Amino acid sequence: MSAAKSHLEVLPRSLQLLLVLGVFALAAFPFVSTDFYASMMARMMILAIFAMSLDLLQGVTGLVSLGHAAFFGIGGYFLSLVSSDSGTVSLWWTLPGAVLASAFFAAVIGFFVVRTHGIYFIMVTMAFAQMLFYLVFDNKEIGLFGLSLRLGGSDGVYINLKPDAALFDLENKKVFYFFTLGSLVLVYLFLRRVLWSPFGRVLAGIRVNEHRMRALGYGTFGYKLAAFTLGGGIAGLAGYLWGAQTGFVNPELMGFHMSAHAIMMVILGGMGNFAGAIVGAFAFEYLLHLFKDLPDIGGFRAGKHWQLWMGLFIVLVVAFAPRGLLGLAERVLRGKEKHHG
Amino acid sequence: MADEVLLSAKNLVKRFGGLAAVNDVSVDLWRGRIHAVIGPNGAGKSTLTNLLSGDLPPTTGSIHLGDQDITGRSPERISRAGLGRSYQKTNIFLPFTVWENVRLASQSRAQHAASWLRRATGYAGTNERAEKAITLAGLEHRRDAVAGTISHGEQRQLEIAMTLATEPQVLLLDEPLAGMGTAEAERMVALLQRLKEAHAIMLVEHDMDAVFALADRLTVMVNGQVIASGTPEQVRNDAGVQAAYLGEEERS
Repeated sequence: MSAAKSHLEVLPRSLQLLLVLGVFALAAFPFVSTDFYASMMARMMILAIFAMSLDLLQGVTGLVSLGHAAFFGIGGYFLSLVSSDSGTVSLWWTLPGAVLASAFFAAVIGFFVVRTHGIYFIMVTMAFAQMLFYLVFDNKEIGLFGLSLRLGGSDGVYINLKPDAALFDLENKKVFYFFTLGSLVLVYLFLRRVLWSPFGRVLAGIRVNEHRMRALGYGTFGYKLAAFTLGGGIAGLAGYLWGAQTGFVNPELMGFHMSAHAIMMVILGGMGNFAGAIVGAFAFEYLLHLFKDLPDIGGFRAGKHWQLWMGLFIVLVVAFAPRGLLGLAERVLRGKEKHHG
Repeated sequence: MADEVLLSAKNLVKRFGGLAAVNDVSVDLWRGRIHAVIGPNGAGKSTLTNLLSGDLPPTTGSIHLGDQDITGRSPERISRAGLGRSYQKTNIFLPFTVWENVRLASQSRAQHAASWLRRATGYAGTNERAEKAITLAGLEHRRDAVAGTISHGEQRQLEIAMTLATEPQVLLLDEPLAGMGTAEAERMVALLQRLKEAHAIMLVEHDMDAVFALADRLTVMVNGQVIASGTPEQVRNDAGVQAAYLGEEERS
Protein backbone atom coordinates (compact mmCIF):
# COMPACT_ATOMS: atom_id res chain seq x y z
CA MET A 1 0.00 0.00 0.00
CA SER A 2 2.76 2.38 0.92
CA ALA A 3 4.05 2.38 -2.63
CA ALA A 4 0.74 3.65 -3.94
CA LYS A 5 0.59 6.51 -1.54
CA SER A 6 4.28 7.27 -1.56
CA HIS A 7 3.82 10.09 -4.03
CA LEU A 8 0.61 11.47 -2.55
CA GLU A 9 -0.60 12.07 -6.08
CA VAL A 10 -4.12 12.16 -4.69
CA LEU A 11 -4.09 14.81 -1.99
CA PRO A 12 -6.43 13.99 0.90
CA ARG A 13 -9.06 16.59 1.78
CA SER A 14 -7.20 17.61 4.91
CA LEU A 15 -4.11 18.54 2.89
CA GLN A 16 -6.16 20.36 0.27
CA LEU A 17 -7.69 22.41 3.04
CA LEU A 18 -4.23 23.12 4.40
CA LEU A 19 -3.13 24.38 0.98
CA VAL A 20 -6.13 26.68 0.70
CA LEU A 21 -5.37 28.05 4.16
CA GLY A 22 -1.79 28.54 3.02
CA VAL A 23 -2.95 30.65 0.07
CA PHE A 24 -5.05 32.80 2.40
CA ALA A 25 -2.10 33.19 4.74
CA LEU A 26 0.11 34.24 1.83
CA ALA A 27 -2.54 36.72 0.68
CA ALA A 28 -2.75 38.26 4.15
CA PHE A 29 0.98 38.32 4.72
CA PRO A 30 1.92 41.68 3.09
CA PHE A 31 -0.74 43.43 5.17
CA VAL A 32 0.58 42.21 8.48
CA SER A 33 4.28 42.30 7.70
CA THR A 34 6.96 44.69 6.52
CA ASP A 35 8.05 45.24 2.92
CA PHE A 36 11.30 43.49 3.70
CA TYR A 37 9.62 40.25 4.74
CA ALA A 38 7.02 40.50 1.99
CA SER A 39 9.83 40.67 -0.57
CA MET A 40 11.45 37.68 1.02
CA MET A 41 8.15 35.82 0.83
CA ALA A 42 7.75 36.79 -2.84
CA ARG A 43 11.16 35.28 -3.56
CA MET A 44 10.15 32.10 -1.76
CA MET A 45 7.06 31.87 -3.94
CA ILE A 46 9.22 32.26 -7.04
CA LEU A 47 11.49 29.46 -5.84
CA ALA A 48 8.37 27.38 -5.18
CA ILE A 49 7.43 27.77 -8.87
CA PHE A 50 10.96 26.74 -9.79
CA ALA A 51 10.77 23.70 -7.48
CA MET A 52 7.43 22.65 -9.01
CA SER A 53 8.95 22.81 -12.50
CA LEU A 54 11.67 20.42 -11.34
CA ASP A 55 9.12 18.17 -9.63
CA LEU A 56 7.51 17.53 -13.02
CA LEU A 57 10.80 15.92 -14.05
CA GLN A 58 12.04 14.51 -10.75
CA GLY A 59 8.91 13.45 -8.89
CA VAL A 60 6.52 12.73 -11.75
CA THR A 61 8.70 11.44 -14.59
CA GLY A 62 11.61 10.16 -12.51
CA LEU A 63 14.23 12.30 -14.27
CA VAL A 64 16.63 13.73 -11.69
CA SER A 65 18.15 16.77 -13.37
CA LEU A 66 21.17 18.40 -11.81
CA GLY A 67 21.09 21.22 -14.33
CA HIS A 68 17.59 22.55 -14.01
CA ALA A 69 18.80 25.98 -12.86
CA ALA A 70 20.05 26.59 -16.41
CA PHE A 71 16.46 27.29 -17.47
CA PHE A 72 15.79 29.40 -14.39
CA GLY A 73 18.81 31.47 -15.37
CA ILE A 74 17.78 31.74 -19.01
CA GLY A 75 14.41 33.18 -17.96
CA GLY A 76 16.15 35.80 -15.82
CA TYR A 77 18.75 36.66 -18.45
CA PHE A 78 16.07 36.93 -21.11
CA LEU A 79 14.50 39.74 -19.10
CA SER A 80 17.86 41.44 -18.57
CA LEU A 81 18.69 41.22 -22.28
CA VAL A 82 15.42 42.75 -23.47
CA SER A 83 15.36 45.38 -20.71
CA SER A 84 17.05 48.73 -21.03
CA ASP A 85 17.60 51.61 -18.62
CA SER A 86 15.92 54.09 -20.94
CA GLY A 87 12.39 52.70 -20.77
CA THR A 88 10.25 49.83 -19.58
CA VAL A 89 9.43 46.73 -21.59
CA SER A 90 5.98 45.22 -21.72
CA LEU A 91 5.31 42.26 -19.45
CA TRP A 92 2.92 40.83 -22.00
CA TRP A 93 5.54 39.86 -24.52
CA THR A 94 8.67 39.57 -22.39
CA LEU A 95 7.16 37.04 -19.99
CA PRO A 96 5.93 34.66 -22.70
CA GLY A 97 9.23 35.34 -24.48
CA ALA A 98 11.23 34.22 -21.44
CA VAL A 99 9.11 31.07 -21.11
CA LEU A 100 9.53 30.25 -24.79
CA ALA A 101 13.27 30.96 -24.75
CA SER A 102 13.79 28.65 -21.76
CA ALA A 103 11.54 26.01 -23.28
CA PHE A 104 13.49 26.25 -26.53
CA PHE A 105 16.82 25.72 -24.76
CA ALA A 106 15.26 22.88 -22.77
CA ALA A 107 14.03 21.24 -25.97
CA VAL A 108 17.48 21.44 -27.60
CA ILE A 109 19.33 20.22 -24.49
CA GLY A 110 16.59 17.69 -23.77
CA PHE A 111 16.99 16.22 -27.24
CA PHE A 112 20.43 15.03 -26.17
CA VAL A 113 19.95 14.30 -22.48
CA VAL A 114 16.65 12.43 -22.23
CA ARG A 115 18.19 9.55 -24.18
CA THR A 116 20.34 8.80 -21.14
CA HIS A 117 19.28 7.12 -17.93
CA GLY A 118 20.07 7.26 -14.23
CA ILE A 119 23.47 8.57 -13.28
CA TYR A 120 24.27 9.49 -16.89
CA PHE A 121 21.21 11.72 -17.05
CA ILE A 122 22.32 13.46 -13.87
CA MET A 123 25.81 14.00 -15.27
CA VAL A 124 24.83 15.30 -18.71
CA THR A 125 22.20 17.70 -17.36
CA MET A 126 24.85 19.08 -15.02
CA ALA A 127 27.37 19.33 -17.86
CA PHE A 128 24.98 21.33 -20.06
CA ALA A 129 24.11 23.67 -17.20
CA GLN A 130 27.78 24.22 -16.42
CA MET A 131 28.42 25.07 -20.08
CA LEU A 132 25.77 27.79 -19.92
CA PHE A 133 27.04 28.94 -16.52
CA TYR A 134 30.56 29.47 -17.82
CA LEU A 135 29.34 31.02 -21.04
CA VAL A 136 27.71 33.74 -18.95
CA PHE A 137 30.36 33.80 -16.22
CA ASP A 138 33.26 34.37 -18.64
CA ASN A 139 31.65 36.83 -21.05
CA LYS A 140 30.73 40.42 -20.35
CA GLU A 141 29.27 40.56 -23.80
CA ILE A 142 28.86 38.22 -26.71
CA GLY A 143 28.05 38.97 -30.33
CA LEU A 144 25.32 36.99 -32.00
CA PHE A 145 24.15 37.67 -35.58
CA GLY A 146 25.47 41.24 -35.32
CA LEU A 147 23.62 41.78 -32.04
CA SER A 148 25.65 42.49 -28.96
CA LEU A 149 24.27 40.64 -25.92
CA ARG A 150 25.20 42.15 -22.55
CA LEU A 151 25.71 39.23 -20.18
CA GLY A 152 27.67 41.08 -17.53
CA GLY A 153 30.10 38.24 -16.84
CA SER A 154 30.59 37.15 -13.25
CA ASP A 155 29.29 40.53 -12.00
CA GLY A 156 25.81 40.00 -13.39
CA VAL A 157 23.47 42.64 -14.76
CA TYR A 158 21.08 45.04 -13.04
CA ILE A 159 17.50 45.29 -14.23
CA ASN A 160 16.52 48.73 -13.03
CA LEU A 161 12.96 48.90 -14.25
CA LYS A 162 10.22 46.36 -13.64
CA PRO A 163 8.32 45.17 -16.73
CA ASP A 164 5.31 47.29 -17.64
CA ALA A 165 2.03 45.39 -17.23
CA ALA A 166 -0.19 48.29 -18.37
CA LEU A 167 -3.15 47.03 -16.28
CA PHE A 168 -1.30 47.16 -12.96
CA ASP A 169 1.92 48.62 -11.64
CA LEU A 170 4.60 46.06 -10.86
CA GLU A 171 6.83 48.74 -9.34
CA ASN A 172 4.39 48.67 -6.45
CA LYS A 173 5.73 46.00 -4.09
CA LYS A 174 2.31 44.74 -3.05
CA VAL A 175 1.16 44.45 -6.64
CA PHE A 176 4.27 42.50 -7.53
CA TYR A 177 3.68 40.27 -4.52
CA PHE A 178 0.17 39.42 -5.64
CA PHE A 179 1.29 38.95 -9.23
CA THR A 180 3.77 36.36 -7.93
CA LEU A 181 1.15 34.70 -5.74
CA GLY A 182 -1.22 34.54 -8.72
CA SER A 183 1.52 32.94 -10.84
CA LEU A 184 2.21 30.39 -8.10
CA VAL A 185 -1.44 29.38 -7.86
CA LEU A 186 -1.91 29.22 -11.64
CA VAL A 187 1.25 27.16 -12.20
CA TYR A 188 0.17 24.79 -9.42
CA LEU A 189 -3.33 24.33 -10.86
CA PHE A 190 -1.91 23.91 -14.36
CA LEU A 191 0.59 21.25 -13.27
CA ARG A 192 -2.02 19.39 -11.20
CA ARG A 193 -4.16 19.28 -14.31
CA VAL A 194 -1.27 18.01 -16.39
CA LEU A 195 -0.59 15.36 -13.71
CA TRP A 196 -4.02 13.78 -14.25
CA SER A 197 -4.12 14.19 -18.03
CA PRO A 198 -3.28 11.32 -20.37
CA PHE A 199 0.15 12.95 -20.82
CA GLY A 200 0.73 13.10 -17.06
CA ARG A 201 -0.29 9.46 -16.61
CA VAL A 202 2.25 8.47 -19.26
CA LEU A 203 4.96 10.42 -17.41
CA ALA A 204 4.07 8.62 -14.17
CA GLY A 205 4.16 5.32 -16.06
CA ILE A 206 7.64 6.15 -17.32
CA ARG A 207 8.80 6.82 -13.77
CA VAL A 208 7.45 3.52 -12.49
CA ASN A 209 8.43 1.26 -15.39
CA GLU A 210 9.73 2.79 -18.60
CA HIS A 211 10.49 -0.60 -20.11
CA ARG A 212 6.88 -1.69 -19.81
CA MET A 213 5.68 1.63 -21.26
CA ARG A 214 7.71 0.98 -24.38
CA ALA A 215 6.37 -2.57 -24.63
CA LEU A 216 2.88 -1.06 -24.49
CA GLY A 217 3.71 1.08 -27.50
CA TYR A 218 4.62 4.41 -25.93
CA GLY A 219 7.49 6.28 -27.59
CA THR A 220 8.90 7.35 -24.26
CA PHE A 221 11.58 9.60 -25.76
CA GLY A 222 8.99 12.08 -27.04
CA TYR A 223 7.12 12.16 -23.74
CA LYS A 224 10.29 12.70 -21.73
CA LEU A 225 11.41 15.43 -24.11
CA ALA A 226 8.02 17.14 -23.79
CA ALA A 227 8.24 16.98 -19.99
CA PHE A 228 11.78 18.35 -20.05
CA THR A 229 10.69 21.20 -22.33
CA LEU A 230 7.63 22.03 -20.24
CA GLY A 231 9.66 21.91 -17.03
CA GLY A 232 12.29 24.16 -18.63
CA GLY A 233 9.63 26.67 -19.72
CA ILE A 234 8.14 26.92 -16.23
CA ALA A 235 11.61 27.24 -14.70
CA GLY A 236 12.10 30.11 -17.15
CA LEU A 237 8.93 31.76 -15.86
CA ALA A 238 10.32 31.51 -12.32
CA GLY A 239 13.67 32.93 -13.46
CA TYR A 240 11.94 35.83 -15.18
CA LEU A 241 10.01 36.66 -12.02
CA TRP A 242 13.23 36.37 -10.00
CA GLY A 243 15.01 38.82 -12.30
CA ALA A 244 12.11 41.24 -12.13
CA GLN A 245 11.68 40.90 -8.36
CA THR A 246 15.32 41.24 -7.36
CA GLY A 247 16.27 43.61 -10.20
CA PHE A 248 19.44 41.64 -10.73
CA VAL A 249 20.66 38.55 -12.53
CA ASN A 250 24.01 36.83 -12.15
CA PRO A 251 25.50 33.51 -13.23
CA GLU A 252 24.70 31.94 -9.85
CA LEU A 253 21.07 31.72 -11.00
CA MET A 254 22.07 28.93 -13.38
CA GLY A 255 24.78 27.55 -11.13
CA PHE A 256 25.22 24.12 -9.67
CA HIS A 257 24.07 25.21 -6.22
CA MET A 258 20.80 26.52 -7.53
CA SER A 259 20.07 23.18 -9.23
CA ALA A 260 21.06 21.22 -6.14
CA HIS A 261 18.90 23.40 -3.89
CA ALA A 262 15.90 22.78 -6.11
CA ILE A 263 16.42 19.01 -5.82
CA MET A 264 16.61 19.33 -2.04
CA MET A 265 13.43 21.44 -1.95
CA VAL A 266 11.52 18.77 -3.87
CA ILE A 267 12.83 15.96 -1.66
CA LEU A 268 12.26 17.97 1.52
CA GLY A 269 8.64 18.73 0.69
CA GLY A 270 7.73 15.41 -0.93
CA MET A 271 7.93 14.45 -4.59
CA GLY A 272 5.45 13.99 -7.38
CA ASN A 273 2.46 16.09 -6.35
CA PHE A 274 3.68 19.74 -6.74
CA ALA A 275 2.22 20.70 -3.36
CA GLY A 276 5.24 19.10 -1.72
CA ALA A 277 7.58 21.12 -3.92
CA ILE A 278 5.94 24.33 -2.70
CA VAL A 279 6.17 23.25 0.94
CA GLY A 280 9.77 22.19 0.35
CA ALA A 281 10.76 25.50 -1.21
CA PHE A 282 9.32 27.49 1.69
CA ALA A 283 10.81 25.16 4.29
CA PHE A 284 14.23 25.17 2.63
CA GLU A 285 14.41 28.94 2.38
CA TYR A 286 13.10 29.43 5.90
CA LEU A 287 15.61 26.97 7.34
CA LEU A 288 18.37 28.57 5.30
CA HIS A 289 17.72 31.91 6.97
CA LEU A 290 17.35 30.24 10.35
CA PHE A 291 20.63 28.35 10.07
CA LYS A 292 22.53 31.33 8.68
CA ASP A 293 21.56 33.34 11.76
CA LEU A 294 22.84 30.75 14.21
CA PRO A 295 25.15 32.33 16.77
CA ASP A 296 28.80 31.42 17.25
CA ILE A 297 29.19 28.57 19.69
CA GLY A 298 32.53 28.75 21.52
CA GLY A 299 34.35 30.17 18.51
CA PHE A 300 32.63 27.80 16.09
CA ARG A 301 30.74 29.90 13.58
CA ALA A 302 27.57 27.82 13.40
CA GLY A 303 25.83 30.28 11.08
CA LYS A 304 28.60 30.25 8.49
CA HIS A 305 28.33 26.49 8.21
CA TRP A 306 24.57 26.49 7.54
CA GLN A 307 25.01 23.81 4.89
CA LEU A 308 26.03 21.39 7.61
CA TRP A 309 22.73 21.86 9.47
CA MET A 310 20.73 21.83 6.26
CA GLY A 311 22.40 18.60 5.23
CA LEU A 312 21.67 17.02 8.60
CA PHE A 313 18.07 18.17 8.48
CA ILE A 314 17.51 16.73 5.01
CA VAL A 315 19.11 13.43 6.02
CA LEU A 316 16.74 13.28 8.98
CA VAL A 317 13.71 14.01 6.82
CA VAL A 318 14.68 11.40 4.23
CA ALA A 319 15.33 8.83 6.97
CA PHE A 320 12.20 9.41 9.04
CA ALA A 321 9.73 10.93 6.58
CA PRO A 322 10.58 9.58 3.14
CA ARG A 323 7.48 11.22 1.71
CA GLY A 324 8.77 14.60 2.83
CA LEU A 325 7.18 17.23 5.02
CA LEU A 326 3.90 16.97 3.15
CA GLY A 327 3.83 13.23 3.76
CA LEU A 328 4.56 13.89 7.41
CA ALA A 329 1.67 16.36 7.57
CA GLU A 330 -0.59 13.81 5.92
CA ARG A 331 0.37 11.21 8.51
CA VAL A 332 -0.31 13.56 11.40
CA LEU A 333 -3.68 14.67 9.98
CA ARG A 334 -4.70 11.08 9.24
CA GLY A 335 -3.81 10.08 12.78
CA LYS A 336 -6.05 12.82 14.14
CA GLU A 337 -8.94 11.74 11.95
CA LYS A 338 -8.65 8.22 13.33
CA HIS A 339 -8.87 9.53 16.88
CA HIS A 340 -12.06 11.37 16.03
CA GLY A 341 -13.60 8.33 14.38
CA MET B 1 -11.96 -15.58 -40.40
CA ALA B 2 -9.47 -17.18 -42.71
CA ASP B 3 -6.39 -18.56 -41.09
CA GLU B 4 -3.32 -16.64 -42.12
CA VAL B 5 0.26 -16.18 -41.02
CA LEU B 6 0.40 -12.99 -38.93
CA LEU B 7 3.99 -13.22 -37.80
CA SER B 8 6.81 -14.87 -39.63
CA ALA B 9 10.35 -15.07 -38.28
CA LYS B 10 13.07 -16.52 -40.48
CA ASN B 11 16.47 -17.86 -39.46
CA LEU B 12 16.76 -15.77 -36.31
CA VAL B 13 20.16 -15.76 -34.64
CA LYS B 14 21.06 -13.94 -31.43
CA ARG B 15 24.62 -14.09 -30.24
CA PHE B 16 25.85 -12.80 -26.88
CA GLY B 17 29.60 -12.76 -27.41
CA GLY B 18 30.49 -16.30 -28.50
CA LEU B 19 27.25 -17.84 -27.24
CA ALA B 20 24.34 -18.26 -29.66
CA ALA B 21 21.32 -17.99 -27.36
CA VAL B 22 19.04 -18.37 -30.36
CA ASN B 23 20.52 -20.19 -33.33
CA ASP B 24 18.75 -20.27 -36.68
CA VAL B 25 15.18 -20.38 -35.42
CA SER B 26 12.20 -19.88 -37.73
CA VAL B 27 8.60 -19.58 -36.54
CA ASP B 28 5.28 -18.84 -38.24
CA LEU B 29 2.39 -17.72 -36.07
CA TRP B 30 -1.11 -18.19 -37.52
CA ARG B 31 -4.30 -16.50 -36.55
CA GLY B 32 -6.48 -19.02 -34.79
CA ARG B 33 -3.59 -21.17 -33.62
CA ILE B 34 -1.56 -21.43 -30.47
CA HIS B 35 2.07 -22.15 -31.12
CA ALA B 36 3.77 -23.42 -28.00
CA VAL B 37 7.51 -23.19 -27.51
CA ILE B 38 8.93 -25.55 -24.93
CA GLY B 39 12.38 -26.51 -23.78
CA PRO B 40 14.52 -26.71 -20.67
CA ASN B 41 15.77 -23.61 -18.86
CA GLY B 42 18.34 -21.74 -20.91
CA ALA B 43 17.03 -23.14 -24.19
CA GLY B 44 16.56 -19.60 -25.56
CA LYS B 45 12.76 -19.38 -25.32
CA SER B 46 12.72 -16.03 -23.57
CA THR B 47 15.43 -14.69 -25.85
CA LEU B 48 13.30 -15.71 -28.82
CA THR B 49 10.34 -13.83 -27.32
CA ASN B 50 12.54 -10.79 -26.76
CA LEU B 51 13.70 -10.89 -30.38
CA LEU B 52 10.13 -11.00 -31.70
CA SER B 53 8.98 -8.17 -29.43
CA GLY B 54 11.95 -5.92 -30.21
CA ASP B 55 13.33 -5.95 -26.67
CA LEU B 56 16.48 -7.37 -28.27
CA PRO B 57 17.65 -6.85 -31.87
CA PRO B 58 18.48 -10.09 -33.71
CA THR B 59 22.07 -10.61 -34.82
CA THR B 60 20.80 -11.98 -38.14
CA GLY B 61 17.49 -13.12 -39.54
CA SER B 62 14.25 -11.34 -40.34
CA ILE B 63 10.84 -10.84 -38.73
CA HIS B 64 7.66 -9.88 -40.59
CA LEU B 65 4.45 -8.81 -38.89
CA GLY B 66 1.67 -8.93 -41.47
CA ASP B 67 3.32 -7.44 -44.52
CA GLN B 68 5.65 -5.18 -42.53
CA ASP B 69 9.31 -5.94 -41.96
CA ILE B 70 9.78 -5.26 -38.24
CA THR B 71 13.34 -6.60 -37.95
CA GLY B 72 15.36 -4.43 -35.58
CA ARG B 73 12.49 -2.04 -34.82
CA SER B 74 12.02 -0.59 -31.34
CA PRO B 75 9.59 -2.34 -28.96
CA GLU B 76 7.16 0.60 -29.06
CA ARG B 77 6.91 0.53 -32.85
CA ILE B 78 6.45 -3.24 -32.87
CA SER B 79 3.75 -2.87 -30.22
CA ARG B 80 1.95 -0.28 -32.31
CA ALA B 81 2.24 -2.54 -35.36
CA GLY B 82 0.03 -5.03 -33.49
CA LEU B 83 2.19 -7.26 -31.34
CA GLY B 84 1.55 -7.58 -27.62
CA ARG B 85 3.60 -9.53 -25.13
CA SER B 86 3.51 -10.54 -21.51
CA TYR B 87 6.57 -11.10 -19.39
CA GLN B 88 7.90 -14.13 -17.58
CA LYS B 89 8.72 -11.99 -14.57
CA THR B 90 5.63 -9.97 -13.80
CA ASN B 91 6.20 -6.56 -15.33
CA ILE B 92 3.42 -4.25 -14.26
CA PHE B 93 3.03 -0.85 -12.59
CA LEU B 94 3.05 -1.95 -8.95
CA PRO B 95 2.04 1.35 -7.32
CA PHE B 96 -0.96 1.88 -9.66
CA THR B 97 -4.38 0.30 -9.28
CA VAL B 98 -5.32 -2.67 -11.44
CA TRP B 99 -7.65 -0.39 -13.38
CA GLU B 100 -4.97 2.25 -13.99
CA ASN B 101 -2.55 -0.43 -15.22
CA VAL B 102 -5.02 -1.58 -17.84
CA ARG B 103 -6.27 1.92 -18.65
CA LEU B 104 -2.71 3.08 -19.30
CA ALA B 105 -2.17 0.13 -21.62
CA SER B 106 -5.40 0.93 -23.43
CA GLN B 107 -4.52 4.61 -23.69
CA SER B 108 -1.46 3.71 -25.78
CA ARG B 109 -3.84 2.98 -28.69
CA ALA B 110 -5.58 6.35 -28.48
CA GLN B 111 -4.98 9.57 -30.38
CA HIS B 112 -5.26 11.58 -27.19
CA ALA B 113 -2.37 9.82 -25.42
CA ALA B 114 -0.35 13.04 -25.37
CA SER B 115 -3.19 15.41 -24.53
CA TRP B 116 -2.41 17.72 -21.60
CA LEU B 117 -5.41 19.31 -20.10
CA ARG B 118 -8.29 16.86 -19.94
CA ARG B 119 -8.63 14.20 -17.31
CA ALA B 120 -7.13 10.92 -18.42
CA THR B 121 -10.10 8.96 -17.07
CA GLY B 122 -12.66 10.78 -19.22
CA TYR B 123 -12.09 9.09 -22.58
CA ALA B 124 -14.85 6.65 -23.46
CA GLY B 125 -12.94 4.65 -26.09
CA THR B 126 -9.94 4.09 -23.85
CA ASN B 127 -12.17 3.11 -20.91
CA GLU B 128 -14.20 0.67 -23.00
CA ARG B 129 -11.08 -1.05 -24.28
CA ALA B 130 -9.71 -1.31 -20.74
CA GLU B 131 -13.05 -2.56 -19.43
CA LYS B 132 -13.17 -5.27 -22.07
CA ALA B 133 -9.63 -6.43 -21.33
CA ILE B 134 -10.14 -6.48 -17.57
CA THR B 135 -13.34 -8.51 -17.97
CA LEU B 136 -11.71 -10.97 -20.36
CA ALA B 137 -8.89 -11.53 -17.89
CA GLY B 138 -11.42 -11.94 -15.07
CA LEU B 139 -10.17 -9.13 -12.86
CA GLU B 140 -13.30 -6.95 -12.53
CA HIS B 141 -13.54 -7.64 -8.81
CA ARG B 142 -9.98 -6.39 -8.26
CA ARG B 143 -10.07 -3.25 -10.38
CA ASP B 144 -9.55 -0.81 -7.51
CA ALA B 145 -6.85 -2.82 -5.77
CA VAL B 146 -3.26 -1.62 -5.97
CA ALA B 147 -1.36 -3.90 -8.35
CA GLY B 148 1.43 -4.47 -5.84
CA THR B 149 -1.00 -5.90 -3.29
CA ILE B 150 -2.87 -8.51 -5.36
CA SER B 151 -1.90 -12.18 -5.44
CA HIS B 152 0.76 -13.50 -7.75
CA GLY B 153 -1.82 -15.27 -9.91
CA GLU B 154 -3.86 -12.09 -10.20
CA GLN B 155 -0.73 -10.20 -11.23
CA ARG B 156 -0.26 -12.76 -14.02
CA GLN B 157 -3.85 -12.12 -15.10
CA LEU B 158 -3.20 -8.40 -14.99
CA GLU B 159 -0.16 -8.91 -17.22
CA ILE B 160 -2.49 -10.51 -19.80
CA ALA B 161 -5.19 -7.85 -19.35
CA MET B 162 -2.66 -5.09 -20.08
CA THR B 163 -1.46 -6.87 -23.17
CA LEU B 164 -5.04 -7.38 -24.38
CA ALA B 165 -5.89 -3.72 -23.79
CA THR B 166 -3.48 -2.79 -26.56
CA GLU B 167 -5.62 -4.89 -28.95
CA PRO B 168 -2.78 -6.86 -30.50
CA GLN B 169 -3.09 -9.24 -33.44
CA VAL B 170 -0.18 -11.33 -32.25
CA LEU B 171 0.26 -12.34 -28.62
CA LEU B 172 3.54 -13.53 -27.16
CA LEU B 173 2.94 -15.03 -23.74
CA ASP B 174 6.02 -15.86 -21.72
CA GLU B 175 5.02 -18.44 -19.09
CA PRO B 176 1.61 -17.00 -18.24
CA LEU B 177 0.91 -19.92 -15.89
CA ALA B 178 4.11 -19.65 -13.88
CA GLY B 179 3.37 -19.76 -10.16
CA MET B 180 -0.40 -20.05 -10.58
CA GLY B 181 -2.63 -22.27 -8.47
CA THR B 182 -4.68 -25.02 -10.16
CA ALA B 183 -7.91 -23.04 -10.32
CA GLU B 184 -6.17 -19.93 -11.64
CA ALA B 185 -4.29 -22.01 -14.19
CA GLU B 186 -7.55 -23.54 -15.41
CA ARG B 187 -9.08 -20.08 -15.85
CA MET B 188 -6.04 -18.96 -17.81
CA VAL B 189 -6.18 -22.02 -20.07
CA ALA B 190 -9.85 -21.29 -20.75
CA LEU B 191 -9.00 -17.65 -21.49
CA LEU B 192 -6.28 -18.61 -23.96
CA GLN B 193 -8.72 -20.95 -25.70
CA ARG B 194 -11.08 -18.04 -26.15
CA LEU B 195 -8.37 -15.64 -27.33
CA LYS B 196 -7.06 -18.08 -29.90
CA GLU B 197 -9.82 -17.45 -32.41
CA ALA B 198 -8.95 -13.83 -33.10
CA HIS B 199 -5.22 -13.88 -32.36
CA ALA B 200 -2.01 -15.54 -33.37
CA ILE B 201 -0.51 -16.74 -30.10
CA MET B 202 2.96 -17.89 -29.18
CA LEU B 203 3.00 -19.56 -25.80
CA VAL B 204 6.19 -20.22 -23.90
CA GLU B 205 5.26 -22.55 -21.06
CA HIS B 206 6.67 -25.18 -18.73
CA ASP B 207 3.33 -26.64 -17.68
CA MET B 208 3.09 -29.63 -20.06
CA ASP B 209 -0.56 -30.34 -19.28
CA ALA B 210 -1.47 -26.85 -20.38
CA VAL B 211 0.80 -27.01 -23.41
CA PHE B 212 -0.72 -30.23 -24.71
CA ALA B 213 -4.23 -29.00 -23.89
CA LEU B 214 -3.73 -25.77 -25.83
CA ALA B 215 -1.10 -26.07 -28.51
CA ASP B 216 -1.90 -26.52 -32.17
CA ARG B 217 1.77 -26.40 -33.07
CA LEU B 218 4.75 -27.16 -30.90
CA THR B 219 8.38 -26.16 -31.19
CA VAL B 220 11.00 -27.71 -28.93
CA MET B 221 14.16 -25.75 -28.27
CA VAL B 222 17.37 -26.97 -26.70
CA ASN B 223 20.54 -24.87 -26.43
CA GLY B 224 19.19 -22.18 -28.72
CA GLN B 225 18.23 -24.58 -31.49
CA VAL B 226 14.97 -26.09 -32.65
CA ILE B 227 15.21 -29.85 -32.27
CA ALA B 228 11.63 -30.57 -33.29
CA SER B 229 8.63 -28.71 -34.60
CA GLY B 230 5.20 -29.91 -35.62
CA THR B 231 1.82 -30.90 -34.20
CA PRO B 232 1.77 -32.03 -30.56
CA GLU B 233 1.33 -35.65 -31.75
CA GLN B 234 4.39 -35.49 -34.00
CA VAL B 235 6.49 -33.92 -31.28
CA ARG B 236 5.32 -36.33 -28.61
CA ASN B 237 6.44 -39.26 -30.73
CA ASP B 238 9.75 -37.70 -31.75
CA ALA B 239 12.54 -39.89 -30.42
CA GLY B 240 15.00 -37.01 -30.20
CA VAL B 241 12.61 -34.94 -28.11
CA GLN B 242 11.88 -37.81 -25.78
CA ALA B 243 15.57 -38.32 -25.17
CA ALA B 244 16.40 -34.66 -24.81
CA TYR B 245 13.49 -33.25 -22.96
CA LEU B 246 10.17 -34.91 -22.39
CA GLY B 247 11.66 -38.06 -20.92
CA GLU B 248 13.63 -36.02 -18.48
CA GLU B 249 10.53 -34.17 -17.36
CA GLU B 250 8.74 -37.41 -16.59
CA ARG B 251 11.60 -38.80 -14.60
CA SER B 252 11.92 -35.75 -12.44
